[in-house]
Amino acid sequence: MAENEYLVQVRQLKKHFPVTKGIFQTKAGAVKAVDGISFEISRGETLGLVGESGCGKTTAGRTILGLYQPTNGEVSIDGMNICQAKPKEMLEIRRKATMIFQDPFASLNPRWTVNSIISEPLKVHKIYKTEKERTERVFELLNLVGLNGRLYNRFPHEFSGGQRQRIGIARALASNPSFIVCDEPISALDVSIQAQVVNLLEELQDKFSLTYLFIAHDLSMVRHICDRVAVMYLGVIVEMGDRNEVYENPYHPYSQALLSAVPIPDPKKDRERKRIILMGDVPSPINPPSGCRFHPRCPNAKPQCSEDTPEWREISDKHWVACHQV
Amino acid sequence: MMVASSKNKLIEISDLMTRFHTPEGTVYAVNGISYNLDVAETLAVVGESGCGKSVSMLSILGLIPTPPGEIAGGTAFYKGNDLLKMNDIDLEHIRGKEIAMIFQDPMTSLNPVLTIGKQITEAIRIHCNLDKNKANKRAIELLEWVGIPDAKNRLGDYPHQFSGGMRQRVMIAMALSCEPSLLIADEPTTALDVTIQAQIVELVKRLREQLGMAIIWITHDLGVVAGLADRVIVMYAGYIVEEAKVDDIYEHPLHPYTIALLNALPRVDRRRENRLKSIPGAPPNLLVEPHGCPFAPRCEFVTNQCRTENPKLVSINDQHRVACWVNILERGNDNGRE
Repeated sequence: MAENEYLVQVRQLKKHFPVTKGIFQTKAGAVKAVDGISFEISRGETLGLVGESGCGKTTAGRTILGLYQPTNGEVSIDGMNICQAKPKEMLEIRRKATMIFQDPFASLNPRWTVNSIISEPLKVHKIYKTEKERTERVFELLNLVGLNGRLYNRFPHEFSGGQRQRIGIARALASNPSFIVCDEPISALDVSIQAQVVNLLEELQDKFSLTYLFIAHDLSMVRHICDRVAVMYLGVIVEMGDRNEVYENPYHPYSQALLSAVPIPDPKKDRERKRIILMGDVPSPINPPSGCRFHPRCPNAKPQCSEDTPEWREISDKHWVACHQV
Repeated sequence: MMVASSKNKLIEISDLMTRFHTPEGTVYAVNGISYNLDVAETLAVVGESGCGKSVSMLSILGLIPTPPGEIAGGTAFYKGNDLLKMNDIDLEHIRGKEIAMIFQDPMTSLNPVLTIGKQITEAIRIHCNLDKNKANKRAIELLEWVGIPDAKNRLGDYPHQFSGGMRQRVMIAMALSCEPSLLIADEPTTALDVTIQAQIVELVKRLREQLGMAIIWITHDLGVVAGLADRVIVMYAGYIVEEAKVDDIYEHPLHPYTIALLNALPRVDRRRENRLKSIPGAPPNLLVEPHGCPFAPRCEFVTNQCRTENPKLVSINDQHRVACWVNILERGNDNGRE
């Protein structure tokens, strides 16, 4: 395939956080938050990254943007390798790839006006020369995300959760990026506001041909918004494919369990449904289980599963899975 | 199915009104809600943040700090006694013993510096008059019952040594220690992952059958309650806007808010067709004294009457109540829901 069909390429990406002990901070181990993930995202595509809390999906998103230095592996965004980028290149990557955060209350500085929040990336990237031009752009951005441009001099506390998330989106859009990592952008919002924000993200994607990495634990919303889905468990991707393919024919026992646990707002269907209830909790990523990481909770585990790491195989067209039993 | 008769009523709430007097003005949190709960029935109270679903529960248990809170009116009969008129000592005998409550965040509702064993036995010793050894035995029994492995050795552990799902199990064990006739669950699975949520829902279903207790399950998630509740109440801005049997509310929702909420939810079991139908605007400011239908500013069927007069909750049939001026029956089942 042509090199630049993919906007984002991630190869064997690892991020380990050291665990230290004692007053000399000797290394006692590592939290293997992301332990070798690979995927590509095409231009204009939305890839969903799902998994339970602690599976490493947020760390993956942050490492891809170079907010954490990767332990190993490669990430390239629009042909630029973030691991070897010089400061100048890194600045260009930061302009092209931005992020929307989960908590609209914590991700905006309470002492800054909306104007200074949104114009910060414009200043950093020296996109406009004068204050006036910047303010005009802030106006334009606020209108774009469905807020009144005249509110540019207000402070974050004067806005509701949904409005604040719109401010966060405007900030992410300010530098004309081509790639946005959306880290649980709707999970802190009320149901009626979630749909508004998701629709806004989709409108913006159409308008500016944006590429999204959509990190979420709400599997219903991921099916709605994403073209492809990757399911993560304990730092690795266990299944990846087209959304309808993964949701209708999940192969990995973890994906099956995860999907069967999602409640359906339809009492009759919900009663008839067969739930796979997983036992126990996610194990510690400091000492992940040997072989297949899911084997201690897997209903179909065989002796082989605790010994060998399952191979990442293409089971049908563009549907990848890592499981011995499939 | 329970037959509706006043003999079976465990709780009868009428015209409950709760306000908070704050420096910014009066917050109209709960504005005259009425409903009943049968023995061993599971009722889901659904609504977005700030709709008064938690405050209404805290009000009937006398857990609203006054001031700034004020129970401005109403009655709440539990087995024939008005909880709102009861003194603290009588209320102590009901709270935690006959009516137990579990909360959203199992980390903040457990004391981090006391062991799990200490916290569970406290409730048992107060309400059941057991000595220390018997209380410990009972605590182990309870922890095993809610599915905590190796319960005996975990009594000495602190809350931080448990995972989120396990902490919620501990909370449930504490709530069930006196075998209550009513369990109020305030968003008990919101802070948990879906797989853990499924575990907790299954656990509550099992315990409900074993104990024959009634449950009020407060949530913002219409998905969770579909498989759990017998009856659903939808709240908006301190009012009940719709109440129906669980199948009815999902198949024939009548209030525009309920319809809009259901339409705004993506479905895990369906292919995507269109954009989501979002509800425009934001929930109302509760500092303003309500007049007119609270949902009117966001409603797509709004009429002039809606803006000036608040509709009463009226019965469509004996199981379905709705508060809306628009003649919904006329619109029949063509209410925008696929």
